Amino acid sequence: MRVSKSTVEKMAHLARLEVENMEKMQEDMSRILDFMDKLNELDTDQVAPLIYLNDEVNVTRPDETGEELSREDALKNAPDTDGTFFKVAKVIDL
Amino acid sequence: MTETAYSKYEAVIGLEVHAQLSTFSKAFSTDPAAFGAKPNTQVNPVSLGHPGTLPVVNEKLLEYAIRMGLATQCHIRRENFFARKNYFYADLPKGYQITQDTTPICYGGHITITLKDGGKKKLRIHHIHMEEDAGKSMHDQDPDSTLVDLNRAGVPLIEIVSEPDIRSGEEAGLYLAEIRRILRYLEICDGNMEEGSMRCDANISVRLKGETKLGTRCEVKNLNSIRNVQRAIDFETRRQIDVLESGGTIGQHTLNFDPDSGQTSPLREKETANDYRYFPEPDMPPLQLSDAYIEGIRAALPLLPEEWERKLVNEYGLPPYDASVLTESKRMVLYFEALTKETDQFKAAANWLMGPVKSYLNEQGKGMADFPLKPASLAGLINLIEAGKLNYSVAAQTVFPALLEDPEVSPDVLIERLGVAIDSDTDQLTTYIEEVIARHPDKVKQYQNGKKGLIGLFMGEVMKLSKGKIDPKMANRMMAEKLEKA
Repeated sequence: MRVSKSTVEKMAHLARLEVENMEKMQEDMSRILDFMDKLNELDTDQVAPLIYLNDEVNVTRPDETGEELSREDALKNAPDTDGTFFKVAKVIDL
Repeated sequence: MTETAYSKYEAVIGLEVHAQLSTFSKAFSTDPAAFGAKPNTQVNPVSLGHPGTLPVVNEKLLEYAIRMGLATQCHIRRENFFARKNYFYADLPKGYQITQDTTPICYGGHITITLKDGGKKKLRIHHIHMEEDAGKSMHDQDPDSTLVDLNRAGVPLIEIVSEPDIRSGEEAGLYLAEIRRILRYLEICDGNMEEGSMRCDANISVRLKGETKLGTRCEVKNLNSIRNVQRAIDFETRRQIDVLESGGTIGQHTLNFDPDSGQTSPLREKETANDYRYFPEPDMPPLQLSDAYIEGIRAALPLLPEEWERKLVNEYGLPPYDASVLTESKRMVLYFEALTKETDQFKAAANWLMGPVKSYLNEQGKGMADFPLKPASLAGLINLIEAGKLNYSVAAQTVFPALLEDPEVSPDVLIERLGVAIDSDTDQLTTYIEEVIARHPDKVKQYQNGKKGLIGLFMGEVMKLSKGKIDPKMANRMMAEKLEKA
């Protein structure tokens, strides 16, 4: 199965990635899909999808607060901040 | 366009309601979920989406979602898991929202609304699912940047998705009001649309009446009051009919509603819209709900608004209208019930709440939570009137305001202090009645000739003379006797 250039472009955009070597990426992705096709040769109609690999269920916690960060700590790793907010590139023009 | 053209069509509307749950902590982390804190002070490594952190479900998120499902006659799914909805936006730190996709916890329910003509209509709920809120972006605070506050990131939400059973803005308003009333009675969401703790998106299409296929729908986003939901639907319905009638076709758009102009306009499409690539959230194991767990939640449900309405009609003999007004707010109906412990004048109690109490709250812009009088105090006032010791208008106009100024004083003491207690001295009352009769010999004749309605005029004058300090029932009886004999 051949993955088209536009498919790679779309995937790259959704993942916010830049693709440097388009040819190679098309090839790699095609190979991944070929492998999936191989798996699809098995009849799994009667098999429930396996979503979780261990048997653990119902892990919940009580509704209690704690462990919040100070604003200073919260903003420490922000690429840009005014000391109160995270600053990001303007999302919409007003 | 003529009204006939509009009346050929019907609107088909489905609503998505997001309700923020009133939990202490967030959906999947332990930072506080409360509204109104200083920006970026209610965050932790999980809600900030830091690498290596793991979400854990807040048990109240689960319980509250099930409460809403049971209250709206939904089925509760026994096998649940969460899903990731992937998209990039600055106020979504992880790059995905934890939500439910193929396994919403509640499905297949309904609520009942009461239409203006008194008729009932059942509106179906497609499903209710659990998810987390995103942070808040502010685009207008800084000239060059968007500012992001992540206090809201991870706050627990339920999304209540209706079937497209709604046919008008009015029905949409009634649906929302009922959903809000149920959320508030369950005490799982404060229902405050202005603060955003309840938000609504509307999917709207139109079709010729009798047509069974659905038209192309537009989604109107971020409607922040019930009134604006109605306005947006009314505007958008007409807009779509105008397009169709002039030979055009409806494009599937996401729209914004501008409350100032009352118009909808296309929102810039989210790029690669709806390519969310959902997949099961691998960081949280599935939830398997037992019957015992669900039945435990059902058993602990409080009385719901519809049940309260029936109780008010059946147990306290109130008219259905009174029952619907008193059940608008849970605090109001609980206050009414407290009154019934102190007075057997149920209808009078309802009238006091719907009249003087509501006017007071409206004037003060307050809710029942801030009403200063204890039920015993208001009931005391009602009992004084019933016992013939206080006149109703004096009670409403003089004693009630004075009581609100001084809520701790007993009504008995207050009416003595104000000098408004009814004079039980019948001699004094006879004097007033005779004086009034003497003033209007012609009206007395008319009364005796059958114009019995004139008694109101005589009574009014007696009231004025006595400054309200008479027992109206006794005065009415004595007045009738004297008029016959005069």
